[in-house]
Amino acid sequence: MAVVQNRLTDIDPQPPLLEPGHDYGTLTDKVGDIVDRKPHPRAWIVTMAVASLLLLLFLNAVGYLFVKGTGIWGINVPVAWGWAIINFVWWIGIGHAGTLISAILLLLMQDWRTSINRFAEAMTLFAVACAGMFPLLHMGRPWLFYFILPYPNTMALWPQFRSPLVWDVFAISTYATVSALFWYTGLVPDLATMRDRAKNKLAKIAFGMASLGWRGSARHWSRYEMAYLLLAGISTPLVVSVHSVVSFDFAVGIIPGWHTTIFPPYFVAGAVYAGFAMVLTLAIPIRKLYHIEDIITMKHIDNMAKVMLVTGLVVSYGYFTEAFFAWYSGNIYEKYMMFSNRMSGYYAWSYWALIFCNGFVPQFLWFKRIRSNVYALFAISIVVSIGMWLERYVIVVTSLARDFLPSSWGNYHGTIWDWATYLGTIGLFLFLFMLFIRFVPMVAIFELKALLYSQKHNGKAH
Amino acid sequence: MHAEHSIDEAGPKVYGMVAEFDDPDRIVAAAQKAFDAGYRKLDAYTPFPVHGLDHAVGFKKNMVAPLVLLGGLTGASAGFLMQYIAAVLHYPYLIGGRPLLSWPMFIPITFEMGILFAAFAAVFGMFALNGLPMPYHPVFNAPRFELASRDAFFLCIEAKDDRYDEVETRSFLEGLGAKQVSVVEA
Repeated sequence: MAVVQNRLTDIDPQPPLLEPGHDYGTLTDKVGDIVDRKPHPRAWIVTMAVASLLLLLFLNAVGYLFVKGTGIWGINVPVAWGWAIINFVWWIGIGHAGTLISAILLLLMQDWRTSINRFAEAMTLFAVACAGMFPLLHMGRPWLFYFILPYPNTMALWPQFRSPLVWDVFAISTYATVSALFWYTGLVPDLATMRDRAKNKLAKIAFGMASLGWRGSARHWSRYEMAYLLLAGISTPLVVSVHSVVSFDFAVGIIPGWHTTIFPPYFVAGAVYAGFAMVLTLAIPIRKLYHIEDIITMKHIDNMAKVMLVTGLVVSYGYFTEAFFAWYSGNIYEKYMMFSNRMSGYYAWSYWALIFCNGFVPQFLWFKRIRSNVYALFAISIVVSIGMWLERYVIVVTSLARDFLPSSWGNYHGTIWDWATYLGTIGLFLFLFMLFIRFVPMVAIFELKALLYSQKHNGKAH
Repeated sequence: MHAEHSIDEAGPKVYGMVAEFDDPDRIVAAAQKAFDAGYRKLDAYTPFPVHGLDHAVGFKKNMVAPLVLLGGLTGASAGFLMQYIAAVLHYPYLIGGRPLLSWPMFIPITFEMGILFAAFAAVFGMFALNGLPMPYHPVFNAPRFELASRDAFFLCIEAKDDRYDEVETRSFLEGLGAKQVSVVEA
């Protein structure tokens, strides 16, 4: 590993991943002090207040939904999926960048993941929590959700294991569980650090319990590193499988515009794209607010922008392929769907807005000047998040609204309750994220120290 | 220092002798020398994983990987078996003469179950092999041990080691360049 990296840095000297002047102690303090900081910054309090209000909105929307049923949403026949499924796919896609950063970049030995993996993983966890809300609520009678699990029941029924919707249940619940385990395992040594730093008795007990009595034994580290590496190894195919299975929800159906083989890879690329946009949206204000620009450096920002550019190009290629095969297939339904409906039909605005957001705007990322301007990057990442939402809107709504038979056509629009539920999950996400920033170290302290150690060694080798 | 004093008088149980170092490379060298000198019951405590330290303290058998493989295979076979039982034995459903054991359709759930159990094996297996959770451990009594999660590196030779000797071990550890050597009560 070290050999390859040394050679690469010889050819192309890179800015540092950690600003110079840190030792093991100052790195510990830098991250640990964020949690211990009193009073917490005003921006945190304001964000928390907004998040709590949105969370209340979510609770109201869900409460009203339980009273009235899914009719309060705009869903109808033929468009029975609507915003609930759009939001589900949007959130789950956002989550995937966290796993990509923590698992795939670990396997590829990309040192720059160290400063951002912890909060990207937290983002995954909370995004999956938000995603999970939608299929549950969309069931209409969410209290009977366990009908879809294989459990011994008096009706002697099994779920239909050949259905992608059942695969989805397994994929999403496995993904949520593994993400939580991965995140917590990574957190244990840092919780021990927080325990040892804590002045407050209550904090000491809480961190002490949560860190399981971690004492940093060499034997423990050895098993720990092996377990962490293997978790990364199994999370990598997992994250690919999860969004592939999500895309099967569509691709296995015969609806024009859904029934294509490009869906799994293009969904996975879109997920990474949306996820990196969200990591940037979170990282840019956080590094400034908590003065950790020396840990999350411009090098990290630049790398994330590059990943966004690459995945954006893959996604654009997906849009092109969809259109090409609609034409090349010679199938009148596919052709109608792509050209007469999506590109120039009732919902054409959403298609062209999607192309603008996901195809055109990210082209600015080719320029180093844009990639080194955090304001521009923040704006682009918001546009990409909107674009990725529109992508799912186009897929779900345009296809269902115009299937094979004109007699079954029907238009669809989200209602104010769709908005309330959607904005509400953003509140839930922010609420959980703010709690995370407040109570646990948001950068992996021990991994930063290991990075510093390996940098010192590489320096000596020269 | 406190610990030492009480040992001289009444002699409470001693867990071992702890030496503090301030550099990761120094502790690897020290652990290696201790192992070479014949000490076997020793362990090192560091704020981050230090490469080569596990071998230096004589830890070779890392059983995590086989455990994860076992977990993954268990999950995958249980997942496939579940679908087989449902689709072939308990609830056979003939649809246009298609085979009951339509195994390609069972792969996604088989795969997810394999991953899930492998992850359980990795996390719970690793913590179990490490003997965690364990809220109390004698080594926490070592002076300045709260820095073991910050920037200090500790080498501990346990009292149950055959070569452990109050005087000799102390002078051995001091000779390795330790910042501080102290006796830790059990």
